[in-house]
Amino acid sequence: MYHSQMELTQNPLEKIWVPWMSSRLRQRRGSSVPQFTNSPTMIVMVGLPARGKTYISKKLTRYLNWIGVPTKVFNVGQYRRDAVRTYKSYEFFCPDNEEAMKIRKACALAALKDVCCYFTQDHGQVAVFDATNTTRERREVILTFAKENGYKVFFVESLCDDPEIIGENIKQVKLSSPDYVNCDKEEAATDFLKRIDCYKLTYVPLDDDKDRNLSYIKIFNVGSRYLVNQVQDHIQSRIVYYLMNIHVTPRTIYLCRHGESELNLLGRIGGDSGLSSQGMKFAAALGTYIRGQYILDLKIWTSHMRRTIQTAEAIGVPYEQWKALNEIDAGVCEEMTYEEIQDHFPEEFALRDQDKYRYRYPKGESYEDLVQRLEPVIMELERQENVLVICHQAVMRCLLAYFLDKSADELPYLKCPLHTVMKLTPVAYGCEVESIFLNVEAVNTHRDRPMNVDVDRDPEDALLTVPEHN
Amino acid sequence: MSSTEDIIMAIPRELTQNPLRKIWMPCKNGLPEKHISQKRVCMTNCPTLIVTVGLPARGKTYISKKLTRYLNWIGVPTKEFNVGQYRRECVKIYKSFEFFRPDNEEGLKIRKHCALAALNDVRQYLSVEGGQVAVFDATNTTRERRATIMRFAEQNGYKVFFVESLCEDPKVIAENIVQVKLGSPDYTDCNTEEAIQDFMKRIKCYENSYQPLDENLDRELSYIKIMDVGQRYLVNRVLDHIQSRIVYYLMNIHITPRSIYLCRHGESDLNVRGRIGGDSGLSPRGKEFAQGLGRFIQDQNIKDLKVWTSQMKRTIQTAEALGVPYEQWKALNEIDAGVCEEMMYEEIQEHFPLEFALRDQDKYRYRYPKGESYEDLVQRLEPVIMELERQENVLVICHQAVMRCLLAYFLDKSAEELPYLKCPLHTVLKLTPVAYGCKVESIYLNVEAVNTHRDKPENVDISRLAEEALLTVPAHY
Repeated sequence: MYHSQMELTQNPLEKIWVPWMSSRLRQRRGSSVPQFTNSPTMIVMVGLPARGKTYISKKLTRYLNWIGVPTKVFNVGQYRRDAVRTYKSYEFFCPDNEEAMKIRKACALAALKDVCCYFTQDHGQVAVFDATNTTRERREVILTFAKENGYKVFFVESLCDDPEIIGENIKQVKLSSPDYVNCDKEEAATDFLKRIDCYKLTYVPLDDDKDRNLSYIKIFNVGSRYLVNQVQDHIQSRIVYYLMNIHVTPRTIYLCRHGESELNLLGRIGGDSGLSSQGMKFAAALGTYIRGQYILDLKIWTSHMRRTIQTAEAIGVPYEQWKALNEIDAGVCEEMTYEEIQDHFPEEFALRDQDKYRYRYPKGESYEDLVQRLEPVIMELERQENVLVICHQAVMRCLLAYFLDKSADELPYLKCPLHTVMKLTPVAYGCEVESIFLNVEAVNTHRDRPMNVDVDRDPEDALLTVPEHN
Repeated sequence: MSSTEDIIMAIPRELTQNPLRKIWMPCKNGLPEKHISQKRVCMTNCPTLIVTVGLPARGKTYISKKLTRYLNWIGVPTKEFNVGQYRRECVKIYKSFEFFRPDNEEGLKIRKHCALAALNDVRQYLSVEGGQVAVFDATNTTRERRATIMRFAEQNGYKVFFVESLCEDPKVIAENIVQVKLGSPDYTDCNTEEAIQDFMKRIKCYENSYQPLDENLDRELSYIKIMDVGQRYLVNRVLDHIQSRIVYYLMNIHITPRSIYLCRHGESDLNVRGRIGGDSGLSPRGKEFAQGLGRFIQDQNIKDLKVWTSQMKRTIQTAEALGVPYEQWKALNEIDAGVCEEMMYEEIQEHFPLEFALRDQDKYRYRYPKGESYEDLVQRLEPVIMELERQENVLVICHQAVMRCLLAYFLDKSAEELPYLKCPLHTVLKLTPVAYGCKVESIYLNVEAVNTHRDKPENVDISRLAEEALLTVPAHY
């Protein structure tokens, strides 16, 4: 009887072993990633306007979603804009404006209600409640709500008294806000400063003593100091680590693939081949391009694979090799052409087209596995300033998806052609992207999702979107 | 149009692949050239001096030793320098707390001398011996002492990171004293009562002159203040990657008593045939072990036990027999033997004799072609270790190479020892943190299994005979 308990079957898509018979005891999730949260978590921002709350909210949400934790931002200001169609002036935010107070409280409650829906209906795991939440009273409301629903609460308070930072903040994101669409810059800045003053009157920061049983992180002056209190679990620990590694110093990240390789020319995936002659030309062109950018203290990272290292060699400056940047392991399909994969493993080929993100090659990896592997790279990229990452197609798609907030469905189909550098510059709440083709011809290695992804499709249907090769 | 300069630049250096680690390096005339490119990531440019701060019995030595163990395991050469140890060597016999009185001039002279001797050894370690991190473990409770240390660091080009531990909970302090002070060489000839009394008076000697790191006066320094054993942390000016990792680690460790159980999957079909790697299922004996494991776990009556497996069939099958929920970690998968997957050692010797010899020469750094090395494994396992630190009672069902890496972390084994640690099938290792280290209990669950441990043979030369290479291969079917 016991022996049959140990019968397993392997899920054909993700190659995860699951018990043959299911049972109440088994919390089986077919994911390649251990799940660490039991109860949903609310991250509650705290701080005066222009302290980076929305910046942190959006960035944190992007990071958590990328590592596979379903997360969503609930920006109360957005609810307010939907409720009060036209913004007149800072007077809306005066603490004695009873009419406005009613509206603002209603907006907060509406947002909380949506948080509840997100957790219960949409299977969300983390909700970021982005508002000033500057009074104890408001925080009490949130804590009560969370307790009633069984949600954990983690506060993120941002404190800053540096007028330069606040001024820069206002310039970058406030002046272009929908609230100020018809104002000139001077007026907008003046009004916004008065808005901040309205909040200052009633602002009660998290207190060392009174709030000692709450879980929170206080960020002082954009990260020169942190106070961390009562971290409860894994996800809060990861959030703290992430918040402590990000910075706002302007910098640029360059992403590109190795130069065209011998195997690229033959339409074969994976392997560890060297550069083709076109690939060498690209490497030289990359060197010229990089030198022409006059980048301060540029760090260069490659994988452990020959083709990225050869590419870096041409630039003539020191570089770091990261095994974590190696291309996705195609397991039994390594060094095959798509035609050969269709020939030998038609079912695998179809499954991959059905769910390219979660599909794991037999004895290989999935994009989902890649993201796990790349997380330390992202963390270090956040810490660094100017970096050039010379990597591979699947790897570059994962990194790009992180910076450009692409979903798991879009990620495996992002276009990352050879011989093209992506220049990423953080700006406002997101990332500016510039795509620079270095004018050296290369094969196309991008295979679009075909129309027919059925396991019993004809080979021609499967191979319709395979790019040309020798 | 490219200039002559660009054409010259366009010919990148030739690459050669180091046969042991399979790392591509530039070479000239077929010989590898020196290049920094081998490191996974550059941790620090200058060495780092970690300085503990705090009254006695605040966990400074506990933190120092644990942090040192972690950093060495992840590959950052680290050493701790305990000033109390220097004092014990200087003043052969400890009489009483009076030695530590702030008005004891003789005592003060000796203590200062010991601190300087320790700093001298720090300099030797960091600047001469190639160490990367030194942990200076002492009370360092006065601004004056810390200023001396910072001057020393500046003169030598070291970064300084302070780790201050503050605790006022009398229960925690008392437990501390019982666990590590009573057994100290200082109190070998005292009874418990006397020792405690004396130690409390010793703490008092420091209290009056204690100047904690100050939010204002020390705002330019890099430090972490740990309050009440991790309830709260204050982190100031983290400068670089290594400091960030140190902070993350310190924020994840705890001292709540718990046990960690490590074991391998039950004997697998490939084990029985002497083949490495693969993804086979359990043999009949392996299934028996799984059931025995289930009974063992039940008998242990462990509170809130978490069970972790890899994503390979044999560990999952083993966990299934326990009848409790478990988490699958891909990071716990066995070392990837690349082209040697599912081979017997005899076949590896036949097809890849050079590889087989290289592996015996440096088993830790050796990477299988298209596979991994133990060094790669450690990197892969770091998030597992971090989560193990956060958790309480955990049973990890894994694989031979993986278990060796985890064990090496808990028992502070070097990179040389790690790949030869004995982790036999059907044996559970129960690890319980105690004092500054880990108690290990080995429980064989009385189900026979093949031996999969291959010792390092005498002859590791690439020119050796097949028999010499295969001398230490364990028996199999």
